[in-house]
Formats: sequence, structure tokens, C-alpha cells
Amino acid sequence: MLILRCPYCGVDVDETDLHGGGEAHLKRFGPGSTDDEFHDYLFMRENPKGVHFERWQHSYGCGKWFLAARCTATLEVFGTYPAQTTEPPKEVVEAIKAKRPNWEVL
Amino acid sequence: MSTRLQSSGRLLNKNNPVSFTFNGKKLRGYEGDTLASALLANDQLLVGRSFKYHRPRGVVASGAEEPNGLVNLGRDGHFEPNQRVTTQELFDGLEATSQNHFPTLEFDVGAINTHLSRFLPAGFYYKMFIYPRPFWKHVYEPFIRKSAGLGKAPKDRDADTYEHFHAYVDVLIVGGGIAGLTAALAAGRAGAQVLLIEQTAHWGGRAMVDQPEIDGMSAEAWVAQTLAELNGMANVQTRTRMMGSGVYDHGFAMAYERLGDHGPHDGPRHRLWKIRAKQIVTATGAIERPLSFAANDLPGVLLASAVRDYALNYGVSVGDRTVVVTNNDDAYRTAIALKEAGLEVPAIIDARTEATGQLPEAARALGIRVETGKGVATVKGGKRVTGVAICAQAGEGSVLEEIGCDCVAMSGGWSPVVHLWSHCGGKLKWDDEQAMFRPDPKRPPMNQNGIGFVSTAGVANGFLSTEGALTDAFAAGETAAKLAGAKGKADKAPMGADAAEQPISPVWLMPQGASYKLRSKAWLDFQNDVKVSDVQLAAQEGFESVEHAKRYTTLGMATDQGKLSNINGLAILSKSLDSEIPNVGTTTFRPPYTPISMSSIAGVAQNELFQPLRKTPVSDWSNDNGADNEPVGAWRRAFAYVRSGESVHDAVNREVKNTRENLGLLDASTLGKLIVKGPDAGKFLDMMYTNMMSNLKVGKCRYGLMCTENGFLMDDGVVARIDEDTWLCHTTTGGAERIHGWMEDWLQCEWWDWKVYVANVTEQFAQIAVVGPNARKVLEKLGGMDVSKEALPFMEWRDGKIGEFDARAYRISFSGELSYEIAVPASQGRAFWDALTEAGEEFGVMPYGTECLHILRAEKGFIMIGDETDGTVIPQDLNLQWALSKKKDDYLGKRAHERSHMADPNRWKLVGLETLDGSVLPDGAYAIAEGTNENGQRNTQGRVTSTYYSANLGRGIAMGLVHNGPNRMGEVISFTNIGGEPIRTKIVDPVVYDKDGEKQNV
Ligand SMILES: [Zn+2]
Repeated sequence: MLILRCPYCGVDVDETDLHGGGEAHLKRFGPGSTDDEFHDYLFMRENPKGVHFERWQHSYGCGKWFLAARCTATLEVFGTYPAQTTEPPKEVVEAIKAKRPNWEVL
Repeated sequence: MSTRLQSSGRLLNKNNPVSFTFNGKKLRGYEGDTLASALLANDQLLVGRSFKYHRPRGVVASGAEEPNGLVNLGRDGHFEPNQRVTTQELFDGLEATSQNHFPTLEFDVGAINTHLSRFLPAGFYYKMFIYPRPFWKHVYEPFIRKSAGLGKAPKDRDADTYEHFHAYVDVLIVGGGIAGLTAALAAGRAGAQVLLIEQTAHWGGRAMVDQPEIDGMSAEAWVAQTLAELNGMANVQTRTRMMGSGVYDHGFAMAYERLGDHGPHDGPRHRLWKIRAKQIVTATGAIERPLSFAANDLPGVLLASAVRDYALNYGVSVGDRTVVVTNNDDAYRTAIALKEAGLEVPAIIDARTEATGQLPEAARALGIRVETGKGVATVKGGKRVTGVAICAQAGEGSVLEEIGCDCVAMSGGWSPVVHLWSHCGGKLKWDDEQAMFRPDPKRPPMNQNGIGFVSTAGVANGFLSTEGALTDAFAAGETAAKLAGAKGKADKAPMGADAAEQPISPVWLMPQGASYKLRSKAWLDFQNDVKVSDVQLAAQEGFESVEHAKRYTTLGMATDQGKLSNINGLAILSKSLDSEIPNVGTTTFRPPYTPISMSSIAGVAQNELFQPLRKTPVSDWSNDNGADNEPVGAWRRAFAYVRSGESVHDAVNREVKNTRENLGLLDASTLGKLIVKGPDAGKFLDMMYTNMMSNLKVGKCRYGLMCTENGFLMDDGVVARIDEDTWLCHTTTGGAERIHGWMEDWLQCEWWDWKVYVANVTEQFAQIAVVGPNARKVLEKLGGMDVSKEALPFMEWRDGKIGEFDARAYRISFSGELSYEIAVPASQGRAFWDALTEAGEEFGVMPYGTECLHILRAEKGFIMIGDETDGTVIPQDLNLQWALSKKKDDYLGKRAHERSHMADPNRWKLVGLETLDGSVLPDGAYAIAEGTNENGQRNTQGRVTSTYYSANLGRGIAMGLVHNGPNRMGEVISFTNIGGEPIRTKIVDPVVYDKDGEKQNV
């Protein structure tokens, strides 16, 4: 059972108090987008063995959505941060690079 | 025969004899016995029958690894199958029965299978039962069900109680042997918060039997002293009868505490601990391996350590004459212990070419015959051991000599218990010298910070000597404390000393070149009846992965989970594949370590606490007035209000007619109510709903649809504009939390700069639908706000007083009748309902339930989320194009509706369905089309989504989705009817009652 720190509450939260929401930093495509863009937005998801950005909601707590950078293989958590951003903050990217030197931002 | 020795067993209280029954026979034992030791003391060697061949089986082990001694315990509400006799403490009045035999333990007809074993090879079920298909259901399965199976399922409700504990510690230490105690000592002295748990009732583990010297004192004295020190530390907690059952992500562990299994008890029987530990140290010891020789499954063949345990811990001799068979020095301890207890040890059969260590020399000095380079060709005997035939280990099994004995003590070496280390991904490495898998400390399970959070200590870590185990365990405890943040000093490790041992020589088959005849009687897995020959066959047939071989042969399945069989099995597999053991690898270790009760998992979540039910202010009244409830999410809503003498169907018909003709009341409090407020609320709702909500006038209502981003209809409801920046959105009964969450997701993660707040006020209001021709009359009788057609027109709302109640009246209708839905504060809900019931008396008021609600809406062709929709239906399918705004640039689902499949004119569309004979269509029936598809199945052209009996029309009514349906009005098609003729049905308009809406518009 994972532990993730809610960036709003500042507490370490058990997975049972969280609700997972899949891949983070998706860009929404609406009317006017091409079929391919819309298809990718709806259905195509990263499935890495390694660093992954995820959406989590502190559903049995403050109710806020936050984002986490996590290694899907070792379950290491590099950082969590508020959802109100389109890309991972600099300090999270640095934390990942410190542990995974070969990792590149997609 | 097996019997009680005069010399006292270490764990027994001989001053307290207790009586118990086995298969109804009254037997006696002592406090401190396990059920296994007490059975052996009564010469009850036979404890069960094997799974497949029903061979007689006796106890093999003395602990949690026991594969054979599984019994039914207790009776009635305390009955439980598959309990291990070796871990069950004896108490006065214990009742046990053996299992897996028919008709009796001594005489079992299924034992014929052992003579058919050539015809029951590995993969037998897969091979034999595939064809012909009907044979499976009618012949094979009933036979297997009758002849196989472990234990019986309990018939009664569990009469005991159970609970969960949550604990947060720095260091969890699993295992109360000398390694666990030492690790706890180090971690405790360093200042860490420590929880030390032991699965048995006793501390000290195997050291208490083998009595090595520790810090210059006996192991017994050292354990007592160490426990005293630990219990004197405020930061250390110790608990017995508590098994570490599983290790999970990020330091989560489960432990299973047996509070009431060792006798009559008050309070909970089991307690499941959910532990969050910063570090976990597993000091779980090792399990002795059997040796694979022919007839090694006969009652009387035990692990050497178990024979020693029974003698020293319980004062029980398994036999008078014990032959020890081994490939290592440790088993000599058994021979020595038995000899010292005055029992005969005719020979030690050692597969190694020489045995000159301290222990073999000590055995020889006692006059015990030691035969090196020898093995057991086969064990002699039927229901119990009568002797062994010995042979050269290097040969094919030519018998050199037969030795009479009634017990065989075997040891194939020791396998560290790596289960907990492995549960969460800790890796193993093969130790060639000690012939075992041990944890690879370089590859531990990782925590959230990328640091290993599990370590193993002592024997579990591959350090089999006392000295090595204590040094390793102390370091493990110290390191774990430090990693958990403790700053103190651990002082120095205890020093241990025991006899120096010479290396083991791995023996995976005895004799090395055993013939097929011998191999097909050499058991690897006693519980699942898997033999050396079965694993070889699996390899030969291409099941090369250890995971595949396991499933194909059933090796290491069921409650055993490979504790005894795993390493021997994969050694045979690797040999068959001509590969090295580490290349074949082990099967996956999964929690729990040994089975835990289902009830402990449930804890207190039973009966009314299983799922807390949601109640409306009217629920109690409904339950007191004949409500026949149905579950809707966590709510229980009245399906109908049944009067005495009525069937549920009668009640529904009465409610349907009365609501159309007089006056009906519906408790609609469960409808979701979300307040959406803020300067950007209108803009936000325009994105959420397919239709326009921002231009709704204050005081008015509008029916709205919500789609998912891929265009499917997900919810509907009436939206009311409360003031300039406030809307109230009704959702479906099950949808309030889901839609609230949906709105929050978009507001937090996509449009986070929009100024909108959403609050779920579902439970703050009671909402009552007042429906029918007399609806206005009853409200006028209560007095207060003007509810006339002019003051409160259709699809508008007003705040005010109705009678003495603070009301918000919505003039909306889901029934086609004159209808008001009136919300009052939840605290006034019941009183308002009572007032309506009383005032409505003269107008023919009756409450109505959800089935009536459904029928009334279906008569009007109104859709219901979950009936007409199933996650694949779009608004266009339901002819709801009018609710898709063309003025808006964007809303959730808009882009998706442009996708080719969504815009396809061939989608099935909503129509009404009218059977020619007036019958009610079966729910979910399919409309039959010409021809068959590529799978040979009949083509379909539609399906029923809602179907009811309409008392108003006196016939069945239905709606469904039909290919090109709206263009086929009047056409007759056929619907499937399981077990009967297809039903001829006419496609009609979905609105079958008051098409022009005159009744609601008054
Ligand atoms: Zn939070």
C-alpha cells in the first residue's frame, strides 16, 4: 500500500485514502482538433517501466487532486505537487534526474 | 508406536491434563501440547488422507509448514476446516475431526486412486476432462467434487467476533527466535519504536530445542534475560501468537493475532493488524526440507527436526526405533536427542560419502551406527512405517539391507523462510555451498524514498550457526533502527557457540539414479500428491517455467504454498531441464504466509456494519409502512409500499393508478443536489452539460444532460438557477458523489483559474414529489405560497412557506402528471411528509415507490440513466439531439460526437415497443435479425432497455434501442424469449400516455 504526501495537507497519506486518476499532464483536445489528436487524448497513455507522472486525489482527506512522480518499477516517489500546472515543477524534475540520470522529460 | 515419554516435555504442564476428541474418540493430553503432539502421544499417527490418491498421511512437521495434519475444528458456529494440528494449541474440550476421506479415515474407498496413479499423471485434469464437453458437467466434475477437496465449508454463521488494529512503528520484527530477540535488542537499545511478534506462544524458536550457548549461558537463560530487558523498554512491544502474514508496498505489513484459538475466550477471536513500519526485519528462521525417496509419505516419516521437537518439547516419541536419513550434520542432533531419551536409533543413513564432524562423532560415541554414502531405496509399511530398505546413494536403488523401524526422521537441509522478504519484491540468490536460496541484501524491496525497507536476520538470512545468526541479527536490528531515524547506540552483539558443522551435500533424489518405479512413489508435495515423476513429466511435456510447472502439477498449491515442496520440486525441474537451480528460480511468494481466517479480514465489517446504509428523513416512516426496499447505491429506497394482503405486484399497480387518478407522494430525497456557485459558474455548467445553462433565467428550471469526454451519456437531471451566480443541479440518486467528483476534477485539474465552488447538499434537504391531479389541492390546503399555474408555471421554482415549512417548490414532472417536487430542510422532512400524508387523506393520497416512478416515466417515454444508458449510449441514440447545444463552441462530449462511429446513422435508436399479445417483454431481450455472425450466433438488431406492466394501459409497455428504429414505426419485429417462442412486437412511439402533455400542464 503506497504512501504519498498530499501537497495541500502536507501529510503522508495511505493509498486507501487516495483515489488514483491515471496519467497526469494530459493536454485536452476539444472541438477543432484532428481525429488523431482527439483519439490520442482520449485513449493513448504512457505505460513506462520507470518514471511516471500520475494523478491522485486525497479523496478521504481534503478532496484535492495532486500529481505524483513515481517509479512504477521500484515504487520510489520522487515528489508530489499540486495539480494546477501543465508540467512537473523544476524541483521534481531535478529530484528525478538525481536518482535516474538517464531519464528525459518526454 | 508413538507414545508419551516419561521424561517431561519442556512445554508441558503435566499438572494440568486436558481431554479432547478426535473423530469422536475421547483422548487425553496436557496443557502445553499442540494437537499434533497430543495425537502422537495417543498413537494417532494417521491424521488425514492425501488430496488426489487418498493415501494415508501422518504428521510430517511440528510447525506452520505441516502439509498433512489438517483437521476440522469445533462445531456449529465455531466450526473451521483446514486447521493445522501442529499450530493448534490443545485445550480442554477441543473437538477435531479428520477430513478428505470417505467413509472413514481408516478405510477410504478413494484410496483406490493410488493404484490408478499411472492413469492420474500430472496435468491429468487438463488432459482427460476437456472432451467430450458434456462429460465435464455430468460425470467428471461431480466425481471430483465428491472425492476431492480439503475440509468442509462451515454451515453456520461464525459465532465469534474479530477486529482490526492499526499500528505505526519504526521497526517491525517478525519472529521471536534468538535472531528476532537479538534484532529487537539492538533496535530497542538504539531507541527505535519496536514491535516484535512471534507466531507461536513461545519465545526462543529452535534454540530452545537445540540449546546452543549464548553469552556463556544456556539459550533458555539468555532468552529469559533478553525478554526481561526488552519488556523493560518503553519503546519495545512484544507479542506472541501473532504471525507476520504479509509485507506490502512502502512498509505496510499485516499480522494475524490469534487471541482465542487456544481455549475458551472472551472478546475477539482473531485480530488483524495493519502495521505501517519504517523498517521491517524478518527473523523467520528456516524450514527443514524432506528428502525425496520412495514411500516418503507414509505415516511415521517425519522431518528430523520435528521428531526432535516432539521428543524434547512435548515428551513424545514418534516411534521406538527411529532411522535418521540425512545429507547434513544437523539431523544428527535428532539421533542424539532420541538416544539420550532412551529410544533406539538403529542407524543414521547419511548420503554424504563421509561424516566426521562433531555431531556425527558424538553420535558414534553413543553407539549409533552411521552409514555414509547410503540412501533409502524405499520405506516399508502400509498405514505406517515398518522399516526402510537401504541402498547406495550413488546407485539405482538395489537394496543392500532392510532395517526394521517405526519412524523415519529425514533431513534434506534447511531452506530460509524468505516469504516475507519476497512478498514485496525482495530478490533471492542461490547459495551453492549451503544448497539454499537466501535473500540478496543488495536487492531489497524499496520504500517511497528509494531505500530498502525489509531486511532479514539470522537463519532467515542464511546464517545457520548460532554465532553467525546472532551477529547478523544484531546488525540487522541496529541498521533498521538507524534507517528509521533512531539515534541511540545498540551496544554489542551477543555471542553464540554451537557444534561446528561440516557442509551439506545436496540430495534432490534418493538414490541418485532412482528408477521410475521409485520416482513415482517419491513425494515432493504431500498435500497435493505431487511426486518426482510428475515434475519430470511436466518438464518433458514442455512446462519449463517454474510457474507453469507449478500449475500443471499443482506442486506447492493450496494451503502448503510450497513451504516443504518448493525447493525440492524446482531442483527436480532444473535437473530435468538440464539447467541450474538459480536459472529455474522459485515460484512467486505471495501473502499470507499461512492462511488467515476470512473473518479476520472482515473484522467488524459484518452484518449491519458491512456497509453503512444511507437513510432519508422519510426512511423510517417507509419501513414502518410496508416499504419493500431495493438498494440504490448505499440508499435503500421503497420499491413499493405493500399493504396487507397484497403482493408487491399488486401494490405497484395500485400505486400507478392512484398517482395518475388521485395523489401520490414520492420520497425523492435521494436525488443528488449540487450547488454550483461563483462568477464563472454559468460558463462552467455550459461545459458540464450538453445544453446551455448560463442563459437559464433566475427562477427557472431546465432538464440537462451530461456526457463523458468520449461522448457517452453519464447523468441527467433538472438544473435550477437560484440567483445571478448560483445554480442547483439535480443528479440521479446514485450520481451525487460521482458527479460532484467529476465537477471537482475539471475545476481542479483543467480550469483551475475559473471561479466556481461546488457543494454537495444532497443530505441537507428532504425532497418530496407531490404528484397527481390532486397535487395542487393538497398544497393549497396546507397553505402558504401561491402554487397556482400562474404564480408557479411548469419548469419554474419558488421559495416560500408551505404550511409551516420552509420550502423550495419546483414545478417539475417525471411522471407526466401535475407535479411539484418540494425541498425542505432535512430536519423538517419527516414532519412535512406527515403533514402531506394527513392533509392528503381526503384527496386519496398514497405513497409510491421506485417501481411506480419507473412505470410512470416509461409511459411518458422519459429515459432513465442506467436503463436506457449503459456507458455506450449517446444522447443521439435516445433522440435527445434537442438537448445538444449548437450555440456552444465546446462542452464535454461535443468533440467525441463528431467521431465517425458516433455519427454513424446505423446506431440503434430509442423507440417504444408494444407486444402484439400485450405481454411484458423480458428485460434485456434482443431483437432478432436475419442470418448469423462470424461466430455462428444469430444476428441482432436491437434490445429492450426498459419493460414494465402498465396498469393504466392494462398491458406491457417497453422501450428499446432498435436499428434505424424511429424510421420503422409500425413494423413488427421479434424479440428473444428464453425457453419460449420469440415475441412479436410492434415498433411504436416511446410516449404511450398523454402524448400532448395536457395532464402536467394544468
Ligand atoms: Zn490532502
